[in-house]
Amino acid sequence: MIVFLIYAAIFVISFFVVKYVVQKATNDFTSLKTVTFGDESAVKPNRVASVISVLTIFLLWGAFTGSKLVPSFVHAPGPFVGDATFTYTAEADGVEADDATVTVRVFQVGTDVEAPAVEPGEGWAKNDADTVGAWRSGLIRVDKNDEKSRGEGHKVVAVNGEPIAPGGSVQTEFGRIGMSPKGSLNFEPNKGWQMEPIWLPPPEAVLKRMGEIASEGYRDSTLWEHLGYSLFRVVIGFFFGALVGIPLGYAMGLSNWFRGWFDPIVEFMRPVPPLALIPLVIIWAGIGETGKIILLFLAALWIMAIAARAGVSGVAISKVHAAYSLGASKFQIMRHVIVPNSLPEIFTGARVAMGVCWGTVVAAELVAAEKGAGMMIMVASKFQLTDIVIMGIILIGIIGFGIDILMRLAEKALVPWKGRI
Amino acid sequence: MSGLKIENLSMRFDLPNGTSVQALKDVSLNIAEGEIMSVLGPSGCGKTTLLNIVAGFLAPTEGGIFMNGHQVTGPNAERGMVFQQGALFEWMDVRSNVSFGPRMAGKREAEWGEHVDHLLDVVGLRDFKEKAVYELSGGMQQRVALARCLANDPDVILMDEPLGALDALTREKMQSLVLKLWKETGKTIILITHSVEEALLLGERLLVMAPRPGRIHKEYNLPFADLGVNADLREVKKHPEFAERREEILGMIWDMEEEIMGRAEESA
Repeated sequence: MIVFLIYAAIFVISFFVVKYVVQKATNDFTSLKTVTFGDESAVKPNRVASVISVLTIFLLWGAFTGSKLVPSFVHAPGPFVGDATFTYTAEADGVEADDATVTVRVFQVGTDVEAPAVEPGEGWAKNDADTVGAWRSGLIRVDKNDEKSRGEGHKVVAVNGEPIAPGGSVQTEFGRIGMSPKGSLNFEPNKGWQMEPIWLPPPEAVLKRMGEIASEGYRDSTLWEHLGYSLFRVVIGFFFGALVGIPLGYAMGLSNWFRGWFDPIVEFMRPVPPLALIPLVIIWAGIGETGKIILLFLAALWIMAIAARAGVSGVAISKVHAAYSLGASKFQIMRHVIVPNSLPEIFTGARVAMGVCWGTVVAAELVAAEKGAGMMIMVASKFQLTDIVIMGIILIGIIGFGIDILMRLAEKALVPWKGRI
Repeated sequence: MSGLKIENLSMRFDLPNGTSVQALKDVSLNIAEGEIMSVLGPSGCGKTTLLNIVAGFLAPTEGGIFMNGHQVTGPNAERGMVFQQGALFEWMDVRSNVSFGPRMAGKREAEWGEHVDHLLDVVGLRDFKEKAVYELSGGMQQRVALARCLANDPDVILMDEPLGALDALTREKMQSLVLKLWKETGKTIILITHSVEEALLLGERLLVMAPRPGRIHKEYNLPFADLGVNADLREVKKHPEFAERREEILGMIWDMEEEIMGRAEESA
């Protein structure tokens, strides 16, 4: 909630700062339009906003994980680390109530720690010392060193002067002290606003892990092997899907019989998410490469078939007529009119298919694989290696985006007339 | 050479709801070689259907088209077509569009190169040879379509409202170009139009068609096309007979339109 409010605040503040301070003097055609609200063509992505948006995400990530990459004054309050003290009041049979102080050393998990040395103090209740990890909690047996044991009626009745009963708790400046139903004290130091690395590691930890996996590998394969395997499966699966799907789509666009025969199959398979086929493919082909490639083939096949069919249907009849009256044969019309005319649709389909294939391969690897980006993050999550999971997600996103950019560049180079007819 | 012969042509479309539309009824026509004929009529008079049958895209329900003595059964390179929207191939540059016909016939560039370049000169697109067709204006695209049709050297050129989508100024220039090309190449041209002026200017022979059923209503033989070859078209329009004919034909088409409206009101 806090994070969201900060995010919204940055959004609003940067909007006004950029609008009134940075970008005062733009002087292009659009700025002369008086009606911009409702004019879609006047809406262009503000690149400053894009940059700030990305930076904000990293800033918030850094601030709430205590990253060293962002200056410490923007850090959100971290968990309490250091020596916490509180006093407790105990009663026992035959003696008066007595106070004692507990000193708890709260330490970063993963570092060595020793309980602080304390004087036993006066009275029958002795001062205690213990350790608890930051973001954790620990039982503190205050009666352990006292002169009266639980058998003699030892029980804690107050903490820092506030009365406490089994099941209840007292908030101190260092954290919350709760009492178990049996009467033991449980200290939970303040967690602050930062995320524990096990939930969200700071950016530099993710970077460091990436370097490690890139050079040393994870699960017997380097990072590049994992990503390469995923990409390889996508490319091969997509290739075969297009190889079969495009001619199938053409046949459906050109022949009644093909259209009638394959329509029910294509229309049925199209809404089936490829992910739903994973179990069947695993049963039939196992978890090896064959199964993955069959799955991606199926994911790409229907999309490409439908795109090719739409491409054929989309050819203006006057172009076909013109070609016929210029003396072209059926084969020449196919080669010089129908195929080039369908390329824009096929490219649109290919972009969608590549996106779907990339999503499907990661999901398939999450389920079962020996190598691959999805397998890497799945296994890492089982060992709570959140940094690998986050690194994997970021890389999967970057590669998916990269694939789309490449497809768009190819489209621009190969079908420059798209959208200009 | 016997030109184009249209014999007792009838065309009936059966609609899915059981009724049928008589698009053409008993149309007979002889078009001499080298003649330019314009066809005019209110919408629904079957003029586009007629052109599609002549081109070979549609088979008539009765009658037939004979060209150079043999019956037309499908589209081929004898009859070239120019469409309202160019119907150019966006994936080819201007020169490849124009040379499409010869290339499909398997000719080498040595055989068509000179002719194609000459045509590009004639239509004024010499400097646009390498341009993509979607970069051209509507008028230029239409000139590419004309050149493409001529490059294939058809006996008959069919034009389906080729200038309908152009602005008035471009249209006038294109009308002159069509006349110039007609004179230069001696092709037989059938031109469909909505514009009475255009039909008068470009038709040596003018056919007015009437709807329901589509039929030939009246035929004119006109001097304006011949005059227009050598004169400014605006001068031709000042010819006293031009205005007279225009009023006459406009009135004719008005009457037809009113009749259609009346019938529509009756049935409604």
